[in-house]
Amino acid sequence: MPAVAETLDTVQSVTQSAYKWGFETNVEMEFAPKGLNEDIIRLISDKKGEPDWLLEWRLKAFAAWQTMQEPHWAKVGYPRIDYQDLHYYAAPKRRAGPQRLEDVDPELLRMYEKLGIPLKERAILAGVEGAGLPGPIEGRADVAVDAVFDSVSVATTFRETLARAGVIFCPISEAVREHPELVRQYLGSVVPPADNFYAALNSAVFTDGSFVFIPRGVRCPMELSTYFRINARNTGQFERTLIVAEAGSAVSYLEGCTAPQRDENQLHAAVVELVALDDASIKYSTVQNWYPGDAEGRGGIYNFVTKRGACRGARSKISWTQVETGSAITWKYPSCVLQGEGSIGEFYSVAVTTNRQQADTGTKMIHIGANTRSTIVSKGISAGRSNNTYRGLVRVLPQARGARNHTQCDSLLIGEECGAHTVPYIESRNPTARVEHEATTSKIAEDHLFYCRQRGLSEEDAVNLIVNGFCKEVLKELPMEFAVEAQKLLAVSLEGSVG
Amino acid sequence: MSGRGMSAAAQREARASLAQSFLARFEGLKARLPGDARAREAAALAFGERGLPGPRDEAWKYTNLRALAGMAFHEPFTVVAGCNGLLDRLPAIAAPRLVFVDGRLRQDLSRLPGTMRVSGFAQTPDFGTLVHPEREPLAALNTMLAQDGAMISVAEGVDAGTLVLASLAADVHGRPVAFHPRHRVRLARGARLTLIEISLGEGVYLHNPVSEVLVGQGAVLTHVRLQDEAPGAFHLATLYADIAARGTYDGFALNIGARIARTEIHARLGGENAVAHLNGAQLLGGTQHADFTSVVSHEAPSCTSRQTIKNVLSGKSRGVFQGRIEVARGAQKTDGYQMNQALLLSADAEIDSKPELEIYADDVKCSHGATVGALDADQIFYLRSRGVPEPEARALLVRAFLAEALDPIADETARTCLDEAVERWWERQAA
Repeated sequence: MPAVAETLDTVQSVTQSAYKWGFETNVEMEFAPKGLNEDIIRLISDKKGEPDWLLEWRLKAFAAWQTMQEPHWAKVGYPRIDYQDLHYYAAPKRRAGPQRLEDVDPELLRMYEKLGIPLKERAILAGVEGAGLPGPIEGRADVAVDAVFDSVSVATTFRETLARAGVIFCPISEAVREHPELVRQYLGSVVPPADNFYAALNSAVFTDGSFVFIPRGVRCPMELSTYFRINARNTGQFERTLIVAEAGSAVSYLEGCTAPQRDENQLHAAVVELVALDDASIKYSTVQNWYPGDAEGRGGIYNFVTKRGACRGARSKISWTQVETGSAITWKYPSCVLQGEGSIGEFYSVAVTTNRQQADTGTKMIHIGANTRSTIVSKGISAGRSNNTYRGLVRVLPQARGARNHTQCDSLLIGEECGAHTVPYIESRNPTARVEHEATTSKIAEDHLFYCRQRGLSEEDAVNLIVNGFCKEVLKELPMEFAVEAQKLLAVSLEGSVG
Repeated sequence: MSGRGMSAAAQREARASLAQSFLARFEGLKARLPGDARAREAAALAFGERGLPGPRDEAWKYTNLRALAGMAFHEPFTVVAGCNGLLDRLPAIAAPRLVFVDGRLRQDLSRLPGTMRVSGFAQTPDFGTLVHPEREPLAALNTMLAQDGAMISVAEGVDAGTLVLASLAADVHGRPVAFHPRHRVRLARGARLTLIEISLGEGVYLHNPVSEVLVGQGAVLTHVRLQDEAPGAFHLATLYADIAARGTYDGFALNIGARIARTEIHARLGGENAVAHLNGAQLLGGTQHADFTSVVSHEAPSCTSRQTIKNVLSGKSRGVFQGRIEVARGAQKTDGYQMNQALLLSADAEIDSKPELEIYADDVKCSHGATVGALDADQIFYLRSRGVPEPEARALLVRAFLAEALDPIADETARTCLDEAVERWWERQAA
């Protein structure tokens, strides 16, 4: 089997290829002391000028967290995390209102440059006074960016265009001040503060994130996007995102991340909550490319994320699409609670692991309302010495008459030292529900490779073509901007996979 | 999955108290128990630490033993007569048979075979090498308290024909008893055997058998199990099978009885080209609960495993399927397939299915599928449009679903025996 030997070579070369996005920006940071206790939580709350109810909410979450056990059921292994050895607050020190782009911390600008943010947008992101932009910006005509630079949203663009449509898109800390009634109504209503260990931790210490509110009947005029970057040494990143789509509204939200190269493992425990009311639709797309650690698995991000959407209204729809190529450990199960009659949940996922990466990811579809439908398509690709697990739950409750689920999980193994696992849970308590699950595990078929090679494609192109074909069902669900990025990312991840 | 009408803490306490009573029984009996005392002590230690599995044990996530934990079980009396009624319920198979009553081998009711070596565990105790008391708490309970069982060996190259292994629970004085038979089946190189295992009974009891099966090179064991225990019974069976190169373990389990039943199988494909078939069907009604759990370990290259498990669930019954295919590093050219189908016939029935793949080799073909649903409305319509009344149309479709489940059974005697059991189940549903 010559292909196997070559595949091994290629995987090895992937191993040796450096992390392309591994740069680190040195900006002066404002840290809270290490450790977690009520005082730190009070400090965070105070720094953000939060109302009392939110502080109470945080403290309750913290009290719950203290009674909880770190979960170990996922198929991942890592050294024990000392939660008292982390900084829970870090904010970039901002000089009050730089006048020109030249005055902005050059490190910060360089970082935006590497992220590919256009010049004018950089000015806004860096908070240059008078740089507010009413109209679209060249190059990214219809994407609004809320850049989360470590823990504090630095700035938000496109506010005005959005404001005209009645859409609220701002850092969640700002939403707490400006729209407290909305935040109070929805925060924690999908992921309760004591939902799980990491969600409780996040609820206690979240420092920032995005808030999106789409009013009744509004189709959001542009794609909304957040860049996440983890940038300071030893800080956990605890983002909190809340998206509310009122009746008849629609929004597409993009989340993308790259992170600087570093030695120490970093903890990331975000919470994302989505609420869709009658006939509303939310599309949430993620491209995750955080630092996965080196070839021996040193360093790399620990990504313990809770993402959940509630289809509260009739005929509402929530669609999760993710392309996961980064992080040392991924623990992530974007879920849909299908309450509204005829509501729809979707989960499309591509997870690529190489070297010593470990991914345990999947979804939960909870069918509560009648005639609810869900679709799960998961594609796992394991290479090197990595482990890639799909773990998913489909639960049909007795009231969910006529519920329908179809699940497709495919795993592709590249090399002899990796692992691919599938752990679906299927629970049905309604006889009129139809649930179907299919899973396959295989390697790249010799005859497929042969077919491509015979037609003159190089082995690498052939593998790329086959892998892209393998993931096509998922990639086609991504919005345009992300689809391009994702395809590049797949190619980079499997770079030199062959030949 | 907290208890219905019983708090988690109360359940934990009930489990602990039943476990304690088993440990106390072991302390009282241990001087008289046959076999390796150290193995028993180790098992008692493991059982003492783990206790009875609760809902937080991942392997027992869907099978809650709270109903069992609420019971007090006694040591069975040695029954010497009075189980003729049960004997009559055994299928009329002309083959040799081993009959156990309340877990004890009854030579007087058995017909010993000439083609293989057979003895009771009480006389020739051997705990074997495959059982994992430290991992499976019920295997620990069995190892701790096993008193009897069937020790069966077939010599090299011998086709031993058919053997019936019957377990009867006699309910002598109407008090709940617990018995933990320990069976071992060993087929030497090239040997063949068809083993038909039947569990029947009356009253309330716990039947907790552990079986060790060794299939030698090129040997073939056809193992058909019919579990038709009393409606108040608990049937928790654990089987460990080790299959050598080119050997075949062809297993089928039909579960129609018991209040709570669990069929747990750990099959290891240890030599090249070994084959394991772990098929089954569960027909449940009322408040029955049946759990089919399997772990197939592909440890050698070019092995094949096939599993098809079908559930037909009516009333408030609950079916569980947990199946895991493990493919070890180096077990290339593995071919693993698993299918779990459930037919929910009533609004209150429930199915929980967890088909798992755990794969560490790249050149493999593994797949699993699961479907859950009611009868197909189009199919019912088709039959009705041709003049078949709805109840009959439904029955016809369920029968077709079941017939498909029983299809893998090639052995005619076994097939007849299971077909009859399915008929009895239908009669019960009609009543």
